[in-house]
Amino acid sequence: MRIGSTKLPISGLGTYTVIYLAFIYLPVLFLPLFSFNDAIYVAFPLKGFTFQWYEKMADSQGLLTAFENSVKVGIAVSIISTIFGTLAAKAFTRYNIPFNRPIKGFIAVPLVIPLIILGISLMVVLNRAGIELSLFTIALGHVVICVPFSMLVMMSRLEGFDKGLEEAAQDLGETPWMTFWRVTFPLAMPGIVASLLLCFTISFDEFLLAFFLAGDQATLPVYIWSQLRFPNKLPSVLALGSCILVASAVIVILAELVRRLGVQAPKEGQ
Amino acid sequence: MAADIVTTDKAPASSGGTIMSAETRRGLTLLSPTLVLMIVALGFPIIVLIGLSFWTQSGMHMTPDFSSINYETFFSKKIYPLILWRSIQISALVSFVTILLAFPAAYFIAFKVKKHKIIWLILITLPFWTSYLLRVFAWKIILGYNGVVNSGLISLGIIDEPLTFMLHNLEAVVITLAHAWAAFAILPIYVSLEKIDRSLLEAAADLGEGPVGSFFRVTLPLSMPGVIAALLLVFIPTVGDYVTPKLVGGNTGIMIGNIVQSQFGRGNNWPMGAAISVVSMISITAVVCGFLLLFYQLKKRLV
Repeated sequence: MRIGSTKLPISGLGTYTVIYLAFIYLPVLFLPLFSFNDAIYVAFPLKGFTFQWYEKMADSQGLLTAFENSVKVGIAVSIISTIFGTLAAKAFTRYNIPFNRPIKGFIAVPLVIPLIILGISLMVVLNRAGIELSLFTIALGHVVICVPFSMLVMMSRLEGFDKGLEEAAQDLGETPWMTFWRVTFPLAMPGIVASLLLCFTISFDEFLLAFFLAGDQATLPVYIWSQLRFPNKLPSVLALGSCILVASAVIVILAELVRRLGVQAPKEGQ
Repeated sequence: MAADIVTTDKAPASSGGTIMSAETRRGLTLLSPTLVLMIVALGFPIIVLIGLSFWTQSGMHMTPDFSSINYETFFSKKIYPLILWRSIQISALVSFVTILLAFPAAYFIAFKVKKHKIIWLILITLPFWTSYLLRVFAWKIILGYNGVVNSGLISLGIIDEPLTFMLHNLEAVVITLAHAWAAFAILPIYVSLEKIDRSLLEAAADLGEGPVGSFFRVTLPLSMPGVIAALLLVFIPTVGDYVTPKLVGGNTGIMIGNIVQSQFGRGNNWPMGAAISVVSMISITAVVCGFLLLFYQLKKRLV
């Protein structure tokens, strides 16, 4: 029982939160709004409804190639990062690792370091090592920033179920491999799916590392950046941005639903 | 099926101490691929960057020597420390504004929303997962000379001439960053608010504390870990941001990330760029440590 908690459906705090949501959403929603506007300038009043920018977008070869590159990098990054993230998460949640806090902190460094520093230091090393910049180097950079995310997602998942289950399986005569395959893997599955989806979106949307680590093949954000200089390309960029917004939203909602469904399922029996 | 999951409580190290070292070894084996990857692709490059900052650039060539010339240049030219200092100030302001705006919303979800908290959380963090570049760019088209706000106000007849004070300045950078990093503030604050034991609030109420009093003396202090986490998650990355100042900052909103980039790009002086990066990293760390120290001193004195 809290004193002073209002019973009104709309409180001051609720109103504020709705306004705050508007602040978060409105700027982003201008992109789709103007992507259907029949004018080259992004300005009011709206001129009329058109699909022409979406058609222009679909016709652009550079854009399609960049899209394909982003998807390739994103898929590779999400799989590789999830493998590394899961291994680390399993090690931290199931074993007593000496110095586990500093090691965990070190792996999480990409979350709290300016990306530009990460980008240039990787670029310098690759340059000194004589490795040419390409989609592979972009993927490497993305793996570095995705592993901590994957590790955190997987740790929260693995902490949710019990070591006892794996021990029980082994006591009942399962080999370690079969234990992993029949107990650990299915239980970790929602976390794995969430991690794959989140790493994919991070990679797909990431600009700064890709900007420094791209060779002559651009990912989508790098391509968009190169187009921002040309005012007449702007509406197509808005169309593209709208598609990316919708796709990212769908992927993230999926990831979140899968993760939360998975986490909550065992608790429902309580 | 659910029952046996619930009954097996967090198993202690029941297997006994004798096989601990073998267990630890297995754990380390499991951890090693990730650790090696991060050492090679994160630790090593940063060390190389530090090494590079002591090299010298002459024309097109880098000379691998051990010279402090880049650091001397950094501090002798007033412009570098000035921009770094301003970047830190901008980011501090951004963190403050972001947290101030995010706190009530996080509080609302944690305390007032009874059902479907997940939906609120997803709703509030969703835009964060969409392209950073596009979110920043959205502000450029909103605040621009012929942008959404100006053309909207003109077509409504409120103003005749476009307002020029909105884009290409510090305020634009602060607003854009406070928008772009909102999720990083909301989530940690929400988590720490959610963790607060509700019986403490009841106790405060029973002991005669009003809602305002119990907020400032119970809720706020207990939410501090989340606020601090939010501060670090917003402050540190934004100091080095490159996209926002470039798109909406103009000349007065330029930040240290732009200077670093220009040394690696047009300026073609990698060692100098490396030195600027290193000084930035050290400064950011120093500011963060200084702040945390101050905070814990303050906390000690209060408790």
